[in-house]
Amino acid sequence: MTIRGQAHILGHHIDTDVIIPARYLLTSDPAELARYVFEDLDPALRQRVRPGDILVAGENFGQGSSREHAPLAIKGLGVSCMVARSFARIFYRNAFNVGLPIVECQDAHGHTSEGDALEVDLATGQVTNVTRGEVYAGTPVPEFMQRLLASGGLVGYVRAELARKRT
Amino acid sequence: MGMTLTEKILAVHSGQREVRPGDLIDCRVDFLFANDITAPMAIKEFEKMGVENVFDPDRVAFVFDHYVPNKDIASAQQCKITREFVSAHHLPHFYDIGRSGIAHVLLAELGFVAPGEVFVGADSHTCNHGALGAFATGVGSSDLAAAMALGRLWLRVPESTKFVFTGQMRRWVTGKDLILKVIGDIGVDGARYGAMEFSGDALTQLTMDERFSITNMAVEAGAKNGIMEPDDVTLAWVTPRARRPFAVVRSDPDARYADVHEYDVSSMEPVVSVPSSPGNVMPVREAAGVKVDQCFIGTCTNGRIGDLRDAAKVLAGRTVHPQTRLLVIPATPAIYRQALEEGLVQIFLDAGAAISTSTCGPCIGGHMGVLAEGEVCVSTSSRNFVGRMGHRSSKVYLSNAAVAAAAAVAGKLVHPDEVVRDMVPA
Repeated sequence: MTIRGQAHILGHHIDTDVIIPARYLLTSDPAELARYVFEDLDPALRQRVRPGDILVAGENFGQGSSREHAPLAIKGLGVSCMVARSFARIFYRNAFNVGLPIVECQDAHGHTSEGDALEVDLATGQVTNVTRGEVYAGTPVPEFMQRLLASGGLVGYVRAELARKRT
Repeated sequence: MGMTLTEKILAVHSGQREVRPGDLIDCRVDFLFANDITAPMAIKEFEKMGVENVFDPDRVAFVFDHYVPNKDIASAQQCKITREFVSAHHLPHFYDIGRSGIAHVLLAELGFVAPGEVFVGADSHTCNHGALGAFATGVGSSDLAAAMALGRLWLRVPESTKFVFTGQMRRWVTGKDLILKVIGDIGVDGARYGAMEFSGDALTQLTMDERFSITNMAVEAGAKNGIMEPDDVTLAWVTPRARRPFAVVRSDPDARYADVHEYDVSSMEPVVSVPSSPGNVMPVREAAGVKVDQCFIGTCTNGRIGDLRDAAKVLAGRTVHPQTRLLVIPATPAIYRQALEEGLVQIFLDAGAAISTSTCGPCIGGHMGVLAEGEVCVSTSSRNFVGRMGHRSSKVYLSNAAVAAAAAVAGKLVHPDEVVRDMVPA
């Protein structure tokens, strides 16, 4: 599956408190959460991001809290995909579980500029910068995670597991 | 080739003789919990999974700690969702306002976690319980919902890094200072996806309270879990509390570690994490002089009785600076009661501190002590990210309880020796 969109560049070690501050955690509605996403990082960012855009971050994106509201808020903003050098581990799991595609790629961050057109291949992890004519190798989504996605995310996976147990 | 403590626990819980770092395993969960923020979302996902009952009602807890006592209608509504679920499913381990405390402290205190177990919580600081020699890790709400349904969780076996502490700790240096020092050295992603195993003769001198603050902050280095081998101190603490029979697990002598870091604690000073990352660590003396508007002693990291005793040593016979506020929040009702019985609450009241029922409130900038624009707080909590405790221009310094108490008296960041001059340094 290939995702196309315009890039927005974020820094390193973006934590879940600046993605969605705890004062806004009293709802799990993605559209509502999206009204406050990145509030303490750059309140103007959510105005610049249009549906389908791609966020490109540095190291350790999503460090901190286990709040699933973080990937949900980013998804609610309409972001189609996230590319980062690395993701914090709970954010990584949560993103898959809420259906926000994410790819680990070392070179996209640092070579990509704000507004560049990107293509992300989820299966191979490869990121193509169409604007610059460059290709950056990424980490393929692990086979287990692909199966998880194929069974409809975690909810589908649990349903299948329970059905298997009953038979 | 041997296995580490973490690998051995995961092997047993996935029905295998051996696991290796990188293996994906389907892991049995001994106990799980969610809090008032993460439970409603987990319940919603659980219901979507088409499951009628949780896998084992005796192995599930719900603990209200973040926005309690409820700060507004929205937070009250969140608690209502969980209360209704608990009631409908007849779940016995539910901790509501008055009987509740900060989940990580409360659940350990009540014996819901024991050595050798796998413990999962919808809260990032669940790694706290590794101090008991358990594998404990934080997950999101959907993962928790899956574990509620199946009693199992998929995990990637982490590679282990060992941290060895030797030497004799000086006065005012605590477990909190050790973990801050480590995070300062390896960085906030220095143990990303990994297991941090803590050991050494300096560790054996520490109380369980101080050990919990070490494993509690493993997540601040990006780790999946922090863990320690149980010793006599662990067993004396956990044996009278544990609700299930347990088996102590230890690392094999030939276990493989990605790296080993050694620390001589005898030269260490109390440290602080300066804004706005837990990884910005320096000796408190180097940050001394910063004017402080608020000090906060509490949280899952440092709201235990040992922390309150440390704070009381500094505050006894002294008062909070007129331009500074001090909040003290015992982590559980039992700790609050013990602080009352030991006369600590009297010391805090005499000093001019505000004392509250158990809540995470100020740590997340949620309620009970939110910071205004530009304000500075010295906090015994675990995170000092931008906006963590209030306005995005407010600043948080992370410290141990004695340093926070000393800052409250002085109105600025100081080494506790500057406040407690009459005590002979060790």
